[in-house]
Amino acid sequence: MPKLYSGAEIVFKCLEDQNVSHIFGYPGGAVLPIYDELKNFNSIKHILVRHEQGAGHAAEGYARSTGKPGVLLVTSGPGATNAVTALTDAYMDSVPLVCITGQVPTHLIGTDAFQECDTTGITRPCTKHNWLVKDINDLAEVMHKAFEVATTGRPGPVLVDIPKDIQFQKSKYKNYKKNKKLNGKSHDNYSQKNIDELINLISKAKKPIFYTGGGVINSGTKASELLRELVYATGFPITSTLQGLGCFPADDNQFLGMLGMHGTYEANNAMYSCDLMINVGARFDDRITGKIDEFSPQSKKVHIDIDPSSINKNVKVDLAIVGDIKSVLTSTLKTIKKSKNNFSKSNKHQISNWWEQIQKWRSKRSLDYIGSEETIKPQYAIERLYELTKDKDTYITTEVGQHQMWAAQHYKFNKPNRWMTSGGLGTMGYGLPAAVGVQIAHPKKLVIDIAGEASVLMTMQEMSTAVQYNLPIKIFILNNEYMGMVRQWQELLHDKNYSESYTAALPDFVKMAEAYGCVGIRAKTPEELDDKIIEMLNTDRPVIFDCLVDKQENCFPMIPSGKPHNQMLLGPKDQKEKKITGKGRTLV
Amino acid sequence: MANSKSAYSSAGKKQKLDTHIIVVWVDNEAGVLARVVGLFSGRGYNIESLAVAEVDQKQNISRITIVTTGTPQVVDQIKLQLKKLVPVHKVADFKREDKNVIFKEMALFKFVANNGKLNKAFEACKNFNPVILDKTNKSNVIQITALRREIDSMSKNLKKFGLVSVSRTGAVAMTRGSEIFK
Repeated sequence: MPKLYSGAEIVFKCLEDQNVSHIFGYPGGAVLPIYDELKNFNSIKHILVRHEQGAGHAAEGYARSTGKPGVLLVTSGPGATNAVTALTDAYMDSVPLVCITGQVPTHLIGTDAFQECDTTGITRPCTKHNWLVKDINDLAEVMHKAFEVATTGRPGPVLVDIPKDIQFQKSKYKNYKKNKKLNGKSHDNYSQKNIDELINLISKAKKPIFYTGGGVINSGTKASELLRELVYATGFPITSTLQGLGCFPADDNQFLGMLGMHGTYEANNAMYSCDLMINVGARFDDRITGKIDEFSPQSKKVHIDIDPSSINKNVKVDLAIVGDIKSVLTSTLKTIKKSKNNFSKSNKHQISNWWEQIQKWRSKRSLDYIGSEETIKPQYAIERLYELTKDKDTYITTEVGQHQMWAAQHYKFNKPNRWMTSGGLGTMGYGLPAAVGVQIAHPKKLVIDIAGEASVLMTMQEMSTAVQYNLPIKIFILNNEYMGMVRQWQELLHDKNYSESYTAALPDFVKMAEAYGCVGIRAKTPEELDDKIIEMLNTDRPVIFDCLVDKQENCFPMIPSGKPHNQMLLGPKDQKEKKITGKGRTLV
Repeated sequence: MANSKSAYSSAGKKQKLDTHIIVVWVDNEAGVLARVVGLFSGRGYNIESLAVAEVDQKQNISRITIVTTGTPQVVDQIKLQLKKLVPVHKVADFKREDKNVIFKEMALFKFVANNGKLNKAFEACKNFNPVILDKTNKSNVIQITALRREIDSMSKNLKKFGLVSVSRTGAVAMTRGSEIFK
């Protein structure tokens, strides 16, 4: 007779077998049996957050920075609904999460019981799949399948809803054999013919560009190495989406910077004018494409993606290669080597005019800004932060808004998995809990949340988590007292009617840090900035850094919505030269 | 752009809509219909009709037939998005004009009228395999199988013969010949 385990034990046995070392969670009535079992499983450490959304974002930060799935454990009802934002965020940005929720006992489901909600119903559109476990004998299989669904194909969040009575009931524990294909779903669906076609296009291109995204990061560090190899072999320029930053070294000459709404002039113009676009693991998001009818009109487009539904969703492509980036790039490089296609030389000659053109665009220096000696320019703050941390293996998270774009523009990433930001959903309040998750995964590394004062207040309570677990995260707040991106849009498009975008009665962040039992530092002038940043870096405790920046600064360059890539709005320096009046700006 | 004060771009050109019949084979498990239907409503796709039932009791496979309209791009998306759902095994897509596919809907008509009218009603249905399922001296229930638009016009035309109630299924589809969809 095999040993019988309770549902709660089975949950932890599954987590053990999946090599889960940390879970982020918050207890409550419907998960108490699981919490009761925690003490018997030493290999699994529970991180107590202060709000379930924080558990979700922390698990996302953990997952993004390690490539492993993040796990969160929350209770029924409000516990589950609080986690919905994080699940949706993970769904949009393809982050593997396994969310375990408690549920009211099966006999009470449907009776509007205390803390009951239709968790699987609510989370159906924001998970890859979810399960309500109504039979204890299914639990182990469902748990293992949950990990499989979350981590295979295009990664994403899944949810397992376990009623309280199931957590008490007993069953045998079966380990799980991975199916080769889940319901016939295969992820590599390309042929050698596709690869040959790609190489043919590469060898003919005169104005090519690589456009890379988060798929490269999700495919593992090896994929980034292969990408670098291919980009160096071809000599092509490369640009990256927000999520793809780090898969190619930002300080390399072939890197044109980020593209899209706040991307560089050279990246966007190259996208517009190219004759071959090779999309590697990006999804033609609307912040990237701008006006879709005028998106890169003359180019042949290649799309390499693991998700067949990403192909032709927003932009029609000429060659689709459905597969894992790592495997597609491996085949491509192998074929190049085998055919001894020596285009590394011939190609570079063929595209030399293209590089000349790119250098002209580059000379616009679209990320430049007007410096100041009195106030700290936010871009300057990021630049200094980068200069003072670039020798350390730094992990950066962000909130959402201007500071996020400035961080993406001015902080240079050279390795994958070092940059955690909410791109698809654009969740303010993501960065602080994500930093908690990153620091848990990398206890010895420097973890900085580049934040805005409005965003960070949305999940500020997680400072308490950071203090409890001695996580020396650094919250670097670019404080302009505005919801900066909202203010920028209002300035440019709504006749400077700054409706509700100013935050009066902000807390004193330094005192707030002290109240949480961590360290508060404030920088007011450019002169003292470096010293204060160094002070922050030398503090081995959580720090809230209140960096008072220029309140009026806008984030440029910018593609105004509804415009194609070649109609960018550049920064104030350029605008002065072109004498774009205030009226002209509101019209864009 | 002058009139667009949005953080999003304006909609592109409008394209022609086609009617497609999408057939989905799914694991018959709790919530699977909600997943399929939720995908349609969540992404703004149309459902004109829907028919669903288990077709394989041993393997618990249900067959869902959905009539939808969309641009070619949208129909492609529907198929690809459906295929991503975990309980979905396979997805077939037929154009309504496709001669190699049989489409049928069933309808039940209840007539309340005198005998003369009831006979005329049955007569009017005779092209659509009518079966009288219930009969009293002042009413009957007739079952017909036909195409959607045929049932549409029938339910209009039969009013004069005392049609008081209509109940109809969504369309179901099957390929002609010996081929089956894999």
